[in-house]
Amino acid sequence: MERFDARKWDEKKRIGYSRKVLQLFLNPKNVGEIENPSVTAKAGSPACGDMIKLYLKIEDDRIVDAKFRTYGCAANIATASMLTEMIIGKPVEEAKKIKFKDLVEALGGLPQIKYHCAVLAAEGLRQALAKWDVIQGKRKIDESFVKLILAAVIDPLTGESVLHGHKYLGCEIEGKKVKIKLAIPKDSEEAIVFEEQIRESFEGLDVDLEIEFLG
Amino acid sequence: MIIYLDNANTTKPDPEVIKIMLEYLEEKYGAPGGEFGHIFDEDAREAVEIAREKIAREINASPEEIIFVSDEIEADNIAIKGVAFQKGKGKVLTSKIERKAIINTVKRLKEFDFEAHEISVDREGFIKIDELQNNLNDAILFATHHGNFEIGTIQNVRAISDLVHEKGALLYLDATQSFGKVKIDVKKLDVDLMSITAHLIHGPKGIAALYIRDGIKIKPILDGDVRERGIRPGMINVPAIAGFGKAVELINYEDAKRMAKLRDKLIDLLLTIPDTKLNGPKGDKRLPHNVNVSFAYVEGESVLLHCDMRGLVFSTGSACYSQELLPSHVIRGIGGSFEDAHGSVRLSLSKWTTEEEIIKAYEILKDVVTKLREISIYGGKK
Repeated sequence: MERFDARKWDEKKRIGYSRKVLQLFLNPKNVGEIENPSVTAKAGSPACGDMIKLYLKIEDDRIVDAKFRTYGCAANIATASMLTEMIIGKPVEEAKKIKFKDLVEALGGLPQIKYHCAVLAAEGLRQALAKWDVIQGKRKIDESFVKLILAAVIDPLTGESVLHGHKYLGCEIEGKKVKIKLAIPKDSEEAIVFEEQIRESFEGLDVDLEIEFLG
Repeated sequence: MIIYLDNANTTKPDPEVIKIMLEYLEEKYGAPGGEFGHIFDEDAREAVEIAREKIAREINASPEEIIFVSDEIEADNIAIKGVAFQKGKGKVLTSKIERKAIINTVKRLKEFDFEAHEISVDREGFIKIDELQNNLNDAILFATHHGNFEIGTIQNVRAISDLVHEKGALLYLDATQSFGKVKIDVKKLDVDLMSITAHLIHGPKGIAALYIRDGIKIKPILDGDVRERGIRPGMINVPAIAGFGKAVELINYEDAKRMAKLRDKLIDLLLTIPDTKLNGPKGDKRLPHNVNVSFAYVEGESVLLHCDMRGLVFSTGSACYSQELLPSHVIRGIGGSFEDAHGSVRLSLSKWTTEEEIIKAYEILKDVVTKLREISIYGGKK
């Protein structure tokens, strides 16, 4: 990898990745896991070809460390790297304001067809910080929280969130019990992908999760 | 030096091909006319007919059975729509792992009240003969391939054509990938229509040929004059046809034997990388220039981009690399998982590929996959 010199990159060439994207793709920062993280988040899945897992360490309402693992293209890796760089040292409330467009801008732009990578990373962060609020007792698990999680659960057949296209049928929440109903055939390959994604997204929260596949 | 292993996408034109093309670009720039053409047109006509004869001889057809078209996608459309519109109604069959042009052309026919059905394939990409048999009632055409463009499976064409003809249907064969590497005899294979293309055999882009068996009638989808028997009635691309003829003349099946050895060497080397699997069959049932593997835990576009920067090029079945953002329908068609498709790479050899390049390609890929797995969520686990 060392033989390539990103400084000489012609940004107009090929699929239109910026120099910054290529630099971070070749040498991503903050790769790995945090032992005993304050909170984790997972957006997307390998089945969708695009996934980010975030590990955050939060002390006194400030993100003191962030690491990631990804599965995906150059834009996915670069976006994850940029996101962690942007949030380390930031107060939680500040980090909440980061939108996907901020990531695109910080990367010196992304090809439009790759915007979903930045959206996914931003959703991952939103999920992590919402989970942190739940862990802190500042937020309760209600339908808006469930929908926030599902926004980053991606359908491998369409590349869109499971919230798109009438697949989400609603949820029932009773104490620790969270039941999510999806209009997806049980035992289908998509059901397995969805179940795995949703379970991992809820990781670290004290809930009894049930996913009902109907149809 | 860049190692070019994307020869199933397109090949580098042979210098001899370029030489003859230049002659027809610079000096003999006429367009073939009818009888009694002037000297420029006569030179052009002669070049086209010489090329047509060479191509016909190569596949054991007669020159009258060869129509020049712009490319393989045009051949697919002319053949499939041409047969369907000639017959008027019925069922058109194809398989789940064809090139998009064939799949989409067959799909389009549904708008014209034809029935369409995609036949499944097995884990190695072979067409399920029993499913084909069960769907042949009322069928007018089966459009399929000889060698698969992505995973290299060579179909048992004779078994397919026997079955198709038994039920009175026609067979259109996409032989673009196999032509020049596997000896083709249209009479032995017993095909009705077949396409081959120049740019995959070190010929120029923008020229292909459609074989139409003597006696088979198709309705033209383009209206023009009588050129190319009114089936492709437009300007004749003389320099490209001359180049195509030269490329056919240069076909040497010894090259294919050497490619097959290098193919097997590359497959063996790549399978030493942990969690790597081969897509498509091994041995004689695989195109000599095709290697396709899926690396678990990494995504193809990342692999491709890293390798590109290190001087190795090929292609991938990952969704990220496709304009539609959908994973390879071929890998999905053979029952591969979404991850198998996203992590698949196709490396395709040419007559110029060397053993040194094969070894170097493996070393680069191994390095890149290892590095990317360290970033991947599953990298830490393994």
